[in-house]
Amino acid sequence: MRDLCLLSVGEMLGGMAAGEFTSQDLTQACLARMAALEPQIHAFLFIDADGAVNAARAADARRAAWRMGDDSLPPLLGLPIAVKDVLMVQGMPCTCGSKILEGFIAPYTATPVQRLLDAGVVIVGKTNTDEFAMGSSTENSAYGPTRNPWNTAHVPGGSSGGSAAAVAARMVPAALGTDTGGSVRQPASFCGVSGIKPSYGRVSRYGLVAYGSSLDSVGVLARSAEDAALVFQHMAGQDAMDATSSDLQVPSYTASLPQNLSGLRIGVPKEYFIDGMQPAVEQRVREAIAQMEALGAQVAEISLPYTSYAVPVYYLIAPAEASANLARFDGIRYGPRETGENLLDVYHHTRGGCFGSEVKRRIMLGTYALSAGYYDAYYGQAQKVRTLMKRDYDKAFEIVDVIAAPVAPTTALRFGQHTDDPLAMYLEDVFTLPANLAGVPGLAFPVGFDTAGLPVGMQLMAKPFNEALLFQTARVFQAQTDWHRRMPEQGG
Amino acid sequence: MTEGIEKYEVIIGLETHIQLNTNTKIFCSCKADSWDDEPNTNICPVCSGLPGVLPVLNQAVVEKAVLLSHAMDADIPPVSFFDRKNYFYPDLPKGYQITQYDLSVGKGGGIDIPLEDGRVRHVRIHKLHVEEDAGKTRNERNRRLIDFNRCGVPLIEMVTEPDLRSPEEAAQYVIRLRQLVRWLGISEGDMEKGHLRADANVSIRPVGADYLNPKTEIKNLNTIDGLRTAVKAEVERQIAEMEAGGKIEQWTLSWDEQKGELKKMRSKETEADYRYFREPDLLPVVMDDVWRESILLDYPELPLERRARFMETYQLPVYDADVLTAERPLSDYFEAAVKAYGGEPKKISNWVMNDVMRMLNEQSLQPGELKLTPAYLAEIQSLLDARTINGTTAKKVMELVMERGQSPRRIVEAEGLGAVSDEGAIRAICERVVAANPAEVENYKNKPTLMGWFVGQVMRESRGKADAKTAQEILTQLLG
Repeated sequence: MRDLCLLSVGEMLGGMAAGEFTSQDLTQACLARMAALEPQIHAFLFIDADGAVNAARAADARRAAWRMGDDSLPPLLGLPIAVKDVLMVQGMPCTCGSKILEGFIAPYTATPVQRLLDAGVVIVGKTNTDEFAMGSSTENSAYGPTRNPWNTAHVPGGSSGGSAAAVAARMVPAALGTDTGGSVRQPASFCGVSGIKPSYGRVSRYGLVAYGSSLDSVGVLARSAEDAALVFQHMAGQDAMDATSSDLQVPSYTASLPQNLSGLRIGVPKEYFIDGMQPAVEQRVREAIAQMEALGAQVAEISLPYTSYAVPVYYLIAPAEASANLARFDGIRYGPRETGENLLDVYHHTRGGCFGSEVKRRIMLGTYALSAGYYDAYYGQAQKVRTLMKRDYDKAFEIVDVIAAPVAPTTALRFGQHTDDPLAMYLEDVFTLPANLAGVPGLAFPVGFDTAGLPVGMQLMAKPFNEALLFQTARVFQAQTDWHRRMPEQGG
Repeated sequence: MTEGIEKYEVIIGLETHIQLNTNTKIFCSCKADSWDDEPNTNICPVCSGLPGVLPVLNQAVVEKAVLLSHAMDADIPPVSFFDRKNYFYPDLPKGYQITQYDLSVGKGGGIDIPLEDGRVRHVRIHKLHVEEDAGKTRNERNRRLIDFNRCGVPLIEMVTEPDLRSPEEAAQYVIRLRQLVRWLGISEGDMEKGHLRADANVSIRPVGADYLNPKTEIKNLNTIDGLRTAVKAEVERQIAEMEAGGKIEQWTLSWDEQKGELKKMRSKETEADYRYFREPDLLPVVMDDVWRESILLDYPELPLERRARFMETYQLPVYDADVLTAERPLSDYFEAAVKAYGGEPKKISNWVMNDVMRMLNEQSLQPGELKLTPAYLAEIQSLLDARTINGTTAKKVMELVMERGQSPRRIVEAEGLGAVSDEGAIRAICERVVAANPAEVENYKNKPTLMGWFVGQVMRESRGKADAKTAQEILTQLLG
């Protein structure tokens, strides 16, 4: 019997529809693979085996009822997926990779998750993340790091490293991630999978534990752009619970494909090819761009002059917002509470003891940036530069349809490579931060390997709310290439 | 009287929090009013600040703030913003309060407060914005109990410039503010329920000086009397301190309503840094012309305007005008009756201030619920004017209208309550009364106040129907 775990989302849905296998078969296969690989990978913080099997059984019953004439069949019925542990799923733990939420059970479900549940998915568990999504390697998880399925001496990237590794190792066909400064795209790149970071406002943030509220987005990691699109289709759209969600119509992300990229204008920003980046990364990305050109696209070098400000701007705005967003974790209503002589002691002991060092670093940074006397020089100034960065993108999209660039300057780092040097780690984010600051969508997907056999990723960016063009372009590329079909031996 | 008081001018500014009477809270769909509810029963993930939640603005809150801004003659800018005010406290579940910092719904403005001596105090508004309330903390022995019901209840914070000059002026400001918010229908204004809370900033300076001395802030002023008493006590304390050669320090005080005492909470520390920044989870509030006009479509005449008009147009005394503009429904009732009547408004005023208000109180009714409609009240006065009934009968008719909801004229006819104004009939009764009471007739010669007794006897004989004025005229003749 073929290994159901290796099928694409489309094949899984098709196989269940044709009665070749059931959701229970599929879910059991995923759970078995998780059980086998988790000791090496540690992609999950919580596995809901019983719940998943029950949900799969219910999905199968619903399909049976539909065959008997029931008239509704949810589009993703029976599809197993994983959810990053910063999104609320009622009844499941939600730790955000932090000790401060140890034992917290979500009392409600995040809107994008609920929409997928309404579309029929089966949730197998919650994936590992850097604490409160702050990090680029999952080394900042309080519950231990996730390992890269391509080479377990390397990080999977972060903060959605658990989701990326779970998809790369074929434990699940798709997993939800979140992207505040690259946390979907960078781990997708490090793990050789495809990941969509939507436009700000395209997907509701309700139920996503906020890190940088003006930057946060909820996306999908899957094996291909098409698989990601099939799932993303059912998450997007306005939500009455999120005032910043857009009322723009959600188009079809899986519409039929053109044969080539004829007429597509691709801009390649020169600021994204910098001294010191890994040569293999530049080579693979340039080869992929050349292949797109061969598929009919017009390629031109462009300039996004404010790119170099992305790191300082992001590391003022995101921590500033985080310093307020994380104030609620005070030990008063949920999570562990440390004791103290007085209220201030309780706060100090709880927050000091339960937050990890990276979270504390960013809270301190943000608190400082917002302080009276420093606000104008830091937070205020950062907001102004952010506006200029947005204009960079507005101008670029007057002359090109998509921007193609590397996702990160390197392939997956070794464990510990930057843990003693936060600044070097922050600089890893230089290519992913601008999309969040500008609010534009980005799609990362694999374009080859480095000499050590680690995946190289490329990202495409488009105008706000033009995710459809990103999916389409990547799907045409993936129809002609097989990088996205490669899988790590670890999981093979 | 405090020694030295005449040498000082009192400077007061007030910061008020007005609880709005929206159905739901400001950022979620929980019920806003929890007065009768058990602790922590009107809460949801949003207002109790669970991880992952987002605020969604209740438009009605903005609309009520626009009404108040308009009433205060404040500017209403086309765009305003929400901001986060960061501080840690157990009853503030998000660790920040969503409020408006620099660009709020209303800007500037002021109100003219009438004073008892007929002068008017113009009070400028320093700040007017909307925000969410925090929860309530109660200390019980060594435990701290928190009720989150009040979290997310919508408030307007309104701060005056230091324009008030006495404890009484401060009290009058709050009285007028309370009247205004009830009139506009934006708050129940019930101070006992905390719908209107005030903090007072108090300082003194030598008469004629144009600088401001250090001020103290009195928190927790939840009644008009408390405000008046607390501010007066603080003024006296400051004067005594200055007279003794001391200095006023920037304290924060709290008023213990039960004990009637000011307590020092803290000395001025370094000012708290709330690290305000724009709330990224909410969009800017765009107040376009269409929305503003729809809010102000039924904008009412304000109580102080109506008070002035009642004095001017209806020639009412200040007292009557105040009473009849205290609440909008009663005021509307009065004016409807005046219009239906067409005669002297003071006569209607007397009925409303005495009998109508008594009935409202006794039966806990709103003016709109009275069976005695403004038109019926006007009719009763018209019947009196025509001497179809007398004063005594009028009250009886009024009671019957309240019972039956029928027109006064119909009741008078049905019950045969028409006054006996036939002079011959009244004269016959008068003669009978005089003949039957020779001793009183004799006494009357030295004691003219006995006339009332005689009139009373005539009324009794006529079972209340005789016209009292006619009876008195005839008795005067008979008793010589």
